[in-house]
Amino acid sequence: MPDEKIAVYFCHCGSNIAGKVDVDKVTAWAAEQPNVVVAREYKYMCSDPGQDLIKDDIEKLGVDRVVVAACSPTMHEPTFRKAASDAGLNPYLLQMANVREHCSWVTEDKDEATEKAKRILNAQIHRLPFNEALDPIEVPVNPAVMVVGGGIAGIEAALKLSATGKKVYLVEKQPSIGGHMAMFDKTFPTLDCAACILTPKMSAAGKDPNIELLAYSEVEEIDGYVGNFKVKVRRKARYVNTDTCTGCGACQDACVVRKVPSEFDQGLGKRSAIYIPFPQAVPLRATIDPVNCLTLKGKKCKQPCTTACGPQAIDFDQQDEVLDLEVGAIVMATGFELWDPTPETRYSYGQLDNVITSLEFERISNASGPTGGHIVCKNGEPPKSVAILHCVGSRDENFQEHCSRVCCMYSLKFSHLIKEHLPETDVYECYIDMRAYGKGYEEFYKRLMEEGVHFIRGRAAEVSSVALTPEEEGRLIVKVEDTLLGIVRRVPADMVILSSGLAPAKDAKSVAQTFGFGCSANGFYLERHPKLEPVSTVTDGIFIAGCCQFPKDIPDTVAQAGAAAAGALALVDNATVKVEPTISYIDPEKCCGCHICVGLCPHAAIQCNEEKGVAEVIEAACKGCGVCVAACGSNVPQQRGYLDQQIFAEIEGAMAV
Amino acid sequence: MNDQFEPRLIGFLCRWCSYNGADLAGTSRLKYPPNMVPIKTNCSGRIDPTHVLKAFQEGADGVLIAGCHPGDCHYINGNYRTAARFPLLQKLLEQMGLDHDRVRLEWVSAAEGEKFQQVVTEFTEQIRALGPLGWNKQFHDEAADAETGAVEHEAVPA
Repeated sequence: MPDEKIAVYFCHCGSNIAGKVDVDKVTAWAAEQPNVVVAREYKYMCSDPGQDLIKDDIEKLGVDRVVVAACSPTMHEPTFRKAASDAGLNPYLLQMANVREHCSWVTEDKDEATEKAKRILNAQIHRLPFNEALDPIEVPVNPAVMVVGGGIAGIEAALKLSATGKKVYLVEKQPSIGGHMAMFDKTFPTLDCAACILTPKMSAAGKDPNIELLAYSEVEEIDGYVGNFKVKVRRKARYVNTDTCTGCGACQDACVVRKVPSEFDQGLGKRSAIYIPFPQAVPLRATIDPVNCLTLKGKKCKQPCTTACGPQAIDFDQQDEVLDLEVGAIVMATGFELWDPTPETRYSYGQLDNVITSLEFERISNASGPTGGHIVCKNGEPPKSVAILHCVGSRDENFQEHCSRVCCMYSLKFSHLIKEHLPETDVYECYIDMRAYGKGYEEFYKRLMEEGVHFIRGRAAEVSSVALTPEEEGRLIVKVEDTLLGIVRRVPADMVILSSGLAPAKDAKSVAQTFGFGCSANGFYLERHPKLEPVSTVTDGIFIAGCCQFPKDIPDTVAQAGAAAAGALALVDNATVKVEPTISYIDPEKCCGCHICVGLCPHAAIQCNEEKGVAEVIEAACKGCGVCVAACGSNVPQQRGYLDQQIFAEIEGAMAV
Repeated sequence: MNDQFEPRLIGFLCRWCSYNGADLAGTSRLKYPPNMVPIKTNCSGRIDPTHVLKAFQEGADGVLIAGCHPGDCHYINGNYRTAARFPLLQKLLEQMGLDHDRVRLEWVSAAEGEKFQQVVTEFTEQIRALGPLGWNKQFHDEAADAETGAVEHEAVPA
């Protein structure tokens, strides 16, 4: 090796590293290592004075290789590489040694942490002489953005992006956009009518010339990389020509299959086999559900829908359509599912009438819902007493450990709505802790206390129909320990609302896999960094917003959607983006043309050059996994930035101490 | 210091899942033994048998390979290559007289800081129980013998 001039910088990170690692000792030791011309320690290397140390040494001492022993490269590698680059050093001649996340934070003993820090640092000192100057690959950026999910998060992100003049594809799997928010009656704590604040946005998204609305569509495949994604979207057949359908609804009135449980009404109302999910649907177009339509099931039907349809929009021969779209960035806003309380058998959901979920209550209390907004039990009578049970499927180690954040507040909203509709009705809220953390939330809680709602601090033990007294006869009995009074109470109720938690969508895991990022332990999409990059994923160019990331209320969802839109815009507003140059290359002089690598490449980035009898890497397609490097029997493919010599040198360094 | 054997370990971590899982263990301040030095690659599918052999040659007593869970690979199916190669690697090591438990393959996601802690802790104890390997000494001694011409090519001791 020629004489490299390596500089070592050891960061204290306040006491995060220096509290466990003897920084002076390691720095003094590093100064003695081969090729190291200077070794310094500093309180905060990421600060401007810290970065200036690196720059000065590059400029004044002619340092040509740098190792910064500090936090994870995920955190500050871009910071230090930028500093090196500013001083004229190729950024790929700088390596980080992760002595915080992988050492000081995980090691109990100070001496052991100091020794491990030396090994981690030495691996990089040994690696650096083999590092090559690399130039990031600059690729063009497609300015269009895809938003997946048409709830409030997706709608908001799409509108924000459209306002900047960008082309947006808004993909929604249901026949209409609107998501869960469209099902709600009022929103806490202001009691805004959900439809009044949502439908103008839905309508705007539907009419926006920059937004191509792909409702009743799902993403099937995604390929490509940041700035250049290729997405296959399946537009499911509605069996209705959406260009000619006017959304008049005559078909659904004419349909003979009228008793299909309405998804939008949580099964409490009925719809026809041809239907418009709700009056404010966007797009306002009919859809035939092939599972229930007699004609599509191959049964006999006089097809009164066809007769009723003025514009002759019904088309039983319509087929799914697969669209190939190209976008530069993607915003995932795929939402949540309400936790199904059936497994919590103690609450008798699905066993006893009038034990309902929160979303079912939203529909019951909604003026456009199955009861016309009258709060009534199954027999049509208004309840004299309602119990609302908090934390169903939340904060429960048997089901979901997390707090779903919105249930306390929507429960309070329910209490208010019940008291507003039925002032004589007794309302009981059985809660563990009242979490009223948002703007105006605590005030709303206080207001409800003044409205005469009974608050019982305790998680309900069971809901049964077992009466012990004549008064309990024929009613639902909620057994709950009032932990403030220290007694077990039996609350008779005519309606029990289960404040179910928010769960990840059932397909969240597979969707995340399709898009190339992961899920947290609780099943929600995993953000790149919980604090600094809460709307980014590990896949560059793919952002997340709303409840697919974690349960949150509408204000937070809208804010996050704006942040995700800004992230996408910051990318697609540029003509080009720089991607990591750590891709493979094949020396044609050495390649014997066995082509074993060709079939193994996950991205079809290696092709056979039959004329020359060699394999060739398609640089634009290679993503740098290195599978071909490990597969080649003759060791011909090499991966820039992860050369065999570099990995060998790291091993030597790590083992030499 | 007590005189129990402290194994020296190398851990190859894929950049997207396991390296971030290790970061999460750190951010969560989960403590585990300091014996393993992590080496980052983009994908576990980049790990070549020669990397593992090199680690043993340099004195490692055990080698961990950790990647994304099946289906979660950032490179679609790079980790399936890892999974397919791993039994071959174990077989190769057995033929060289090594206990195949000196290498371990684990799937650790970016959300599994606790799993990372548990894997490193268990693996450290596993290798501690197996005892030192000492390939570095053996190689260096053989190299020295070769220089003095004293080497005799006999069967490799098991």
